[in-house]
Amino acid sequence: MNIPAVNIDKVGDATKQTIAPGRIAGKMGSFFVELANVVFFILATIKETFSRDFESREFLRQCFQIGYKTLPLISITGIIMGLVLTIQSRPVLVNFGAVTKLPGMVAASLIREMGPVITALICAGKIGSGMGAELGSMKVTEQIDAMEVSSTNPMRFLVVTRVLAATLMIPLLILYADALGILGSWAGANIKGDVTFVLFFSQAFAHINFIDLLPAVIKSFFFGAVIGFVGCYKGYTAGRGTESVGVAANSAVVLSSLLVIVVDLIVVQITDLLVS
Amino acid sequence: MNTEQTETIGGAPAKAASGGPVIVISNLKKSFGGQEVLKSVSLQLLDGENLVVLGKSGSGKSVLIKCIVRLMDHDGGSITVLGKDVSALNGAGLGELRKKVGFLFQSGALYDSMTVRQNLEFPLRRMRKNLTKSEIDEKVKEVLEHVGLWDTLDKMPSQLSGGMRKRISLARTIIVDPKILLYDEPTTGLDPATSDEISSLIKDVQKKYKTSSLIITHDIQCARSTANRLVMLQDGEVSLEGGIEKFEKSTDPVVKSFFK
Ligand SMILES: Nc1ncnc2c1ncn2[C@@H]1O[C@H](COP(=O)(O)OP(=O)(O)OP(=O)(O)O)[C@@H](O)[C@H]1O
Ligand SMILES: [Mg+2]
Repeated sequence: MNIPAVNIDKVGDATKQTIAPGRIAGKMGSFFVELANVVFFILATIKETFSRDFESREFLRQCFQIGYKTLPLISITGIIMGLVLTIQSRPVLVNFGAVTKLPGMVAASLIREMGPVITALICAGKIGSGMGAELGSMKVTEQIDAMEVSSTNPMRFLVVTRVLAATLMIPLLILYADALGILGSWAGANIKGDVTFVLFFSQAFAHINFIDLLPAVIKSFFFGAVIGFVGCYKGYTAGRGTESVGVAANSAVVLSSLLVIVVDLIVVQITDLLVS
Repeated sequence: MNTEQTETIGGAPAKAASGGPVIVISNLKKSFGGQEVLKSVSLQLLDGENLVVLGKSGSGKSVLIKCIVRLMDHDGGSITVLGKDVSALNGAGLGELRKKVGFLFQSGALYDSMTVRQNLEFPLRRMRKNLTKSEIDEKVKEVLEHVGLWDTLDKMPSQLSGGMRKRISLARTIIVDPKILLYDEPTTGLDPATSDEISSLIKDVQKKYKTSSLIITHDIQCARSTANRLVMLQDGEVSLEGGIEKFEKSTDPVVKSFFK
């Protein structure tokens, strides 16, 4: 039961040694060792997710933490996103006499692309770095070892709960950001024009159907999972000195932001293929 | 085999109960990459005794006790705890073993995100699943009073001083009534008065709970007051073993440097 954790430590050590020579071959080797580590980490997490004792209290605490920590930030960026998008695209639409298309256009780009990606990038910065730093410092100060000797599987207690919480909460945060974005857009539309919220809302959703939303929803879950996994992986496999905490937090942000963009690209490509 | 361990040293540690060994380590090997940290360590912890392990920084003392609770896997040799070979234990067996072996971490390892109370309840809730709420409260109160920090119950670890953290982690270690205690440098980084307090706590625990302890330290004051017996870890092996008088008389330069 505790074997995955122990093994991960070992593979982690192997990585550090292969990096040392600094040769290209060594670097390639270490890349594959790291890749193997990541795959192993993901498999171990999935295995622990379906084990008998689910740490429901810690899971709820993490859900609350993720939501609570990012809510103000997401609220502000959500509103500004909609506002700016509207203010920028309104003159163009006015030129073509298509001002009534404004709500639909803004809503579509918010829900399909801007909302998920920008929210996920903010979460990568806020939540990913938080997880990397927290687990990293727990590793360095032997708190993870202390859990293990208290008959608690740290993969199950720390990693599974965080990854699941991120996978569940980040889509919700994205939904919330979309909603505030549309609100912001309505406010933006009212700066120069005059449109009631009900009218704006019905125009916004007139041309959006479920199939449009599905890829966005699916990718939101992937964003959440990616951010959770990367943050936990970087923290959990942090090195032994205090400086590794900073390294873990930093590389968690860099890698999860990058992966958010890559996942976005992949999902867009796949939906493009499926639709045409 | 030596089972009579009756010498009493310094500030009178409790007399070691005469019993068989609870931990037997033989020819233990552990290396990291090319670095051989433990080459061939053999030692025994007898029932009821306080065994002090001395050694320079980096000599592998922490690695040694981490191998005992399988926080690290050793590369060779064997470790037997309470009659069981630790490398052969699976998940459930390892869980059982860890209920009986308490571990005080060098850094204290208090959970930063939890209050003192939650820190103390954590191992209880996980290792003694059948306890009621009032039994848990009772136990928390007992150990906190034992270490003399009842008033810190609802503080966060970051609000405590180094010595208080050490004492809280000692309380967290003894709260599940382990039979064997592994102390990793319990007094390092503390002022002499606080060190003495911790040393006498260690002796109290030995008397009160009838535990066997392995105490890692380079604080000779702590060693003098807690040890029934000592071993010296040097170059990956046990280089000297015996009572405090034997250590004081030793001509080995490293041993001498501890006692100057
Ligand atoms: N996880 C690890 N990975 C690589 N090397 C390690 C690891 N743990 C310990 N070491 C190495 O093993 C050696 C012994 O370390 P250990 O922590 O046991 O020393 P120690 O005797 O406890 O020293 P101190 O008194 O300073 O705590 C050190 O050289 C250390 O670098
Ligand atoms: Mg040490």
